[in-house]
Amino acid sequence: MSILKTDNITMQFGGLTAVSNFIIEAKEGELVGLIGPNGAGKTTIFNMLTGTYKPTKGKIYFYDKEISGKGIDRITSLGIARTFQNIRLFSDLSVLDNVKVGAHVHMKSSVWKTIARWPSYLYEEENIHERAISLLKVVHLENLKDDLAGSLPYGEQRRLEIARALATSPKLLLLDEPAAGMNPQESKDLMEFIIEIQNRFKLTIILIEHDMKVVMGICKRIIVLDYGITIAEGNPIEIQNNPEVIKAYLGVEATYA
Amino acid sequence: MKKNILYFLLNISIILLIIIFVITANRNFDSYIIRILNLCAIYIILGVSLNLINGFTGQFSLGHAGFMSIGAYMSALLYMSPELKEVNFFITPLIWPLSVIQIPFVFSLIIAGLVSAGVGFLIGIPCLRLKGDYLAIVTFGFSEIIRVIFNNLQNVTNGPIGLKGLPTHTNLWWSFGIAILTVLVVKNLINSSYGRALKSIRENETAAEAMGVNLFFHKSLAFAIGAFFAGLGGALLGSFIMTIDPNTFSFLLTFQLIVIVVVGGLGSITGTVISAIIITVLMEVLRSVESPMNIFGLHVPGIPGMRMLVFAILLMTVVLFFKKGLMGMKEWSWDGLLKKYFPDNER
Repeated sequence: MSILKTDNITMQFGGLTAVSNFIIEAKEGELVGLIGPNGAGKTTIFNMLTGTYKPTKGKIYFYDKEISGKGIDRITSLGIARTFQNIRLFSDLSVLDNVKVGAHVHMKSSVWKTIARWPSYLYEEENIHERAISLLKVVHLENLKDDLAGSLPYGEQRRLEIARALATSPKLLLLDEPAAGMNPQESKDLMEFIIEIQNRFKLTIILIEHDMKVVMGICKRIIVLDYGITIAEGNPIEIQNNPEVIKAYLGVEATYA
Repeated sequence: MKKNILYFLLNISIILLIIIFVITANRNFDSYIIRILNLCAIYIILGVSLNLINGFTGQFSLGHAGFMSIGAYMSALLYMSPELKEVNFFITPLIWPLSVIQIPFVFSLIIAGLVSAGVGFLIGIPCLRLKGDYLAIVTFGFSEIIRVIFNNLQNVTNGPIGLKGLPTHTNLWWSFGIAILTVLVVKNLINSSYGRALKSIRENETAAEAMGVNLFFHKSLAFAIGAFFAGLGGALLGSFIMTIDPNTFSFLLTFQLIVIVVVGGLGSITGTVISAIIITVLMEVLRSVESPMNIFGLHVPGIPGMRMLVFAILLMTVVLFFKKGLMGMKEWSWDGLLKKYFPDNER
């Protein structure tokens, strides 16, 4: 069963077509890579999938239900979570609270019960606490739970952002350049980490990444974008040998390569 | 769990202490000191409710005087006796249902708070699409609109003449009771899942929304609860100073509250409570600099407004030395206190 499907979504900003006729069909448990030169429209696609932008044309289906045009928070509550290209943590909140904010979306107790510290709220809060702690253990940050998120080093901020996204109990996780700014060892750890969380939480992952080692290493299927147009789709070997892709990346004729 | 019970008992004992304090104050202190204590409590109510909007949710609102105004007028029109209303409205009579109603103070307070919260929610709908400075300008405009409307709504608010000779219902029980209620409600809200969502909006709206925080709901929630307590505070203040007119609730009042919140620390209830008390007391103490005095044989005549000057200097000192206010975002808590004095007892 396909978890995510789009039919020819197009995004135009005024006269500029950022993404044109993008089609993706992700099956449950897949790890799809989305690559392309800068400005190819990769993040725009994420913004459409998460509801930040409404596609100019075309529709998005999540578990065969249309989600295009729904609010961002509504889409998150259905089970799509994302991380950001430039890390957007809640810097002045503790590491633990950052993760707990992610769990807020499934809060059932009303505001009144919360203020009155109703038993059902306390029970729910206890669950959120335990879940947040266990998620921090997954990303190896449980020792830093009381530190401010803004004080963490870069790599740990990335992991915390993933933990926060996982706290929303997503089915589909969108990672926007998780390896950006990491050294080779860190990105190697990251690859293992992504595989690990995918298996543990039974996630479908779509990944934007410039680090080709990471993309080629973990993605079974890769989609290549250039100027908003899908120029290639296939497994890593096919992509590496695709003349269109080489042209887009190196800017030379395929015959020279 | 044992810890929770301990904290609960400690909190109860604090409230008992305040009750004992109020009883002693009522018996022993003169009316001048009681007046200052009342003002302290009212400013705590107003400051904490403003901090919920400005400090915790990060929505810079300048509309607090507007909410207070609504609360003060709403309650006064409900608890004034029909005879008093007739005396007050000598130019244009009060419109019908209000002119004959008189209800007990407590109900008028609740209604005033609810009406104010309702207006806060309605204001939220168009305002909350704005951020930062723009929100500040629009909420400031809202508060001015309320003032102008109340100035001109002769047959409801009595226009610029205002309402005079209001019965004094506000006493230490009311003001401290509602101050405790405000602190408890805001504290329970802030230290909950909803509170974390509010703080996440302050930290990063985009990320908060992507994590499933419904911006509209949470912002209106903060505005409605903030406006509710602003309404209560306004009602208490109205009954306390016994006369209200639209210009009582001018921008200067909002400004004073902003000063309290900023000095205490945006995002700290403890800080707001402390700075509300300090500033209210200081405003009274500094009255002495306005009276004529002799400094080293030099006679200085009394200069009205002198205390505001001294006050401004003190304020600048605080801002220079405590960039984030007295408390920053820190809170005083039993947890911190116990850890400090019984570090071994850590569980």
